[in-house]
Parts: sequence; structure tokens; C-alpha cells
Amino acid sequence: MKTKTKELKAAFKISIPVLMGYCILGFAFGLLMTSLHYNISVPIIMSIFIYAGALQFLAIGFLSSKLALIDIFIASIFVNIRQSFYGLSLLEKFKNSGKLKPYMIFSLTDETYGLITSIKIDKQLDKKYYYFFLGLFNQLYWISGTIAGALVGSFIKFDTKGLDFSLTALFVVLAIEQYKVNKNPIPFIIGAISSIISIIFIPLDNMLIVSISLSIIALLLLKRNLNNGNN
Amino acid sequence: METINIYTAIAVMAIANLLTRAFPFIFFHKKEQPEYIKFIASYFPPMIMIILIFYTLAKIDFTTAPYGSKEILAIFLTALLHIRLNNYLISIFGGTICYMMLVQYL
Repeated sequence: MKTKTKELKAAFKISIPVLMGYCILGFAFGLLMTSLHYNISVPIIMSIFIYAGALQFLAIGFLSSKLALIDIFIASIFVNIRQSFYGLSLLEKFKNSGKLKPYMIFSLTDETYGLITSIKIDKQLDKKYYYFFLGLFNQLYWISGTIAGALVGSFIKFDTKGLDFSLTALFVVLAIEQYKVNKNPIPFIIGAISSIISIIFIPLDNMLIVSISLSIIALLLLKRNLNNGNN
Repeated sequence: METINIYTAIAVMAIANLLTRAFPFIFFHKKEQPEYIKFIASYFPPMIMIILIFYTLAKIDFTTAPYGSKEILAIFLTALLHIRLNNYLISIFGGTICYMMLVQYL
């Protein structure tokens, strides 16, 4: 097999912003789990096998309440169902990826998806290796952060209040990158209105899935209007 | 929860999570996608980024002082840094440090 140094380098360069975000968030997750007296292996196993930020943080709640496994399963699906839509826009990009494809799909987090869809790829690169390395780097950051946080959490206490804003900041940056790719403001407005309606009327646990449903309904309604306009 | 149950719960979450990621690749693998799915998929990325911003802020109470002003200020700074300097690290780091100072010292 040829060495894929170019793809490795390109993927690393693109993944740098996620490096900080994931190290910090992974660290916060590891710290939180061990400060709740979970064994150090629990957060690390979660970061290796689940590898989904929002779900892992929510899992802290699932584990402490006595939820049935089926409830955990359904809640997890709903929390992350948005990821099904990610794949839809990547079917073409991930085509012909062979043995690398299962890991590329497994490692498809919000941030990895954001990078793949927001940043233009150099045409000379073998894209399946580039996407594979990008996913791998990001997960390594996540796991490293988790291990560091879990270790530190078992020894030291310090004030991490406000650290979780790094997740918000990351999505702000990714939204700006999306706007650069497609300067149509309508999806942003739909997203904002759906979110505000959900925050006001829906309990926090269901806010994500309700705002996604609302925004998709709004999109479809808008599409019909556009089609009628053309007729 | 007993140790064995924690690991079962983790396995359940891992499977559920993987299913959500693999779903379109399993069901739309070879077939031509329906036209409305293509339409949604093309508009979904910008929409979800905005929704996730709101989701990460959903716990903030905007009806009592300081009315979410710290979050809005930090988001404004993050966006400004990113538009001006176009560097992910500076934007995220700058916004987060600003926010941590706002919530810890004010």
C-alpha cells in the first residue's frame, strides 16, 4: 500500500480547530465522570465506543437515573437522529471508500461532518483516506481529552465553569463557514425560528428533535411555495 | 447502577448512535435518492448548525438578568473574530476564554 502522507497532513491541518474543541470537551467529560466517582475506565470506554459528545454528556443523566435499557435506546436515537441527515448529504462523498467506509460512518460527529461539508478538498488528494484520517484524528483528540480529564478528575478540583461554551463557539464558527459556502439566509432563519419556538414550548430533553422536525416541515412548506411560484 | 449494567447501557447507546449514523448509508446505498430527500439534505447543514447553537444555550434563562447577555456577547466576539481573522482556533479559544471570564468573575 502506498503511503498516504499528503492525505494525513491535509487531514491533520483541517482537524486542528477540532483538536482544541475535542480535547477541552473530552477533558470536561472525563473530569465530570470521575468527579461523580465513576471508574476511570467508564468515560474512556464511552469515548471509544459511543463517540458522540452530546449523547455522552446526556448519558451521565441516563446512568444516574434508573432508566430502562429500551428508554436509553430510544432517547439516544432521538438525541442523535440529526446524524441520519448528515449521512444523506455524504452518500456521494463517501462512495467507493471500501474498507475505510465503516469507520468513516462511525466517526461522523457534528464537527467531522461540519469540516467535511464546509471545507473544500484539494482535488489531488485521495479523498477516502483524507476523510478517514480526519475522522480518526478527531476521535483521537476526543479520547485523549477524555483520558486526561479522567486522570485529572481523580486528583484535582478546579473551576471549569463556562468551559462548555467551546461547543457553542465551535457551532458558531461552523455556521459562518456554512454561510460562506451557501449565502442563502433562509435555512439559518428557519433554524433560528424553529429553535426559539422549541425552547419556549418544549422541555429541554426534546428540544433538539422538535426543532429539527419543525425546521424540516418549514423547509418542505417553503419548497411547495417555491414550486407554486414557478408554476 | 451495577458495573455490569453500566457497560450494557454504554453498549446500547453505542449501537443506537451508530444506527443513526449508518441509517442513510444502509437504506439509500444504491438506490437513487428521492428528490425531496435531496432537497432536505442540501439545506440541512446550515439549519442544524443554528439549531445546535441554540441547543447548547437552551439551559440559559433569557427571561431573568443578565438576560443571556454573557452568551450573546461571547457569541458576538466569536463571530467577529472568525469573520475578521478567519482562524478557527483563535475564534473558539477567544470566545470561550471571554465566556469563562464573564461567568466566573462577573
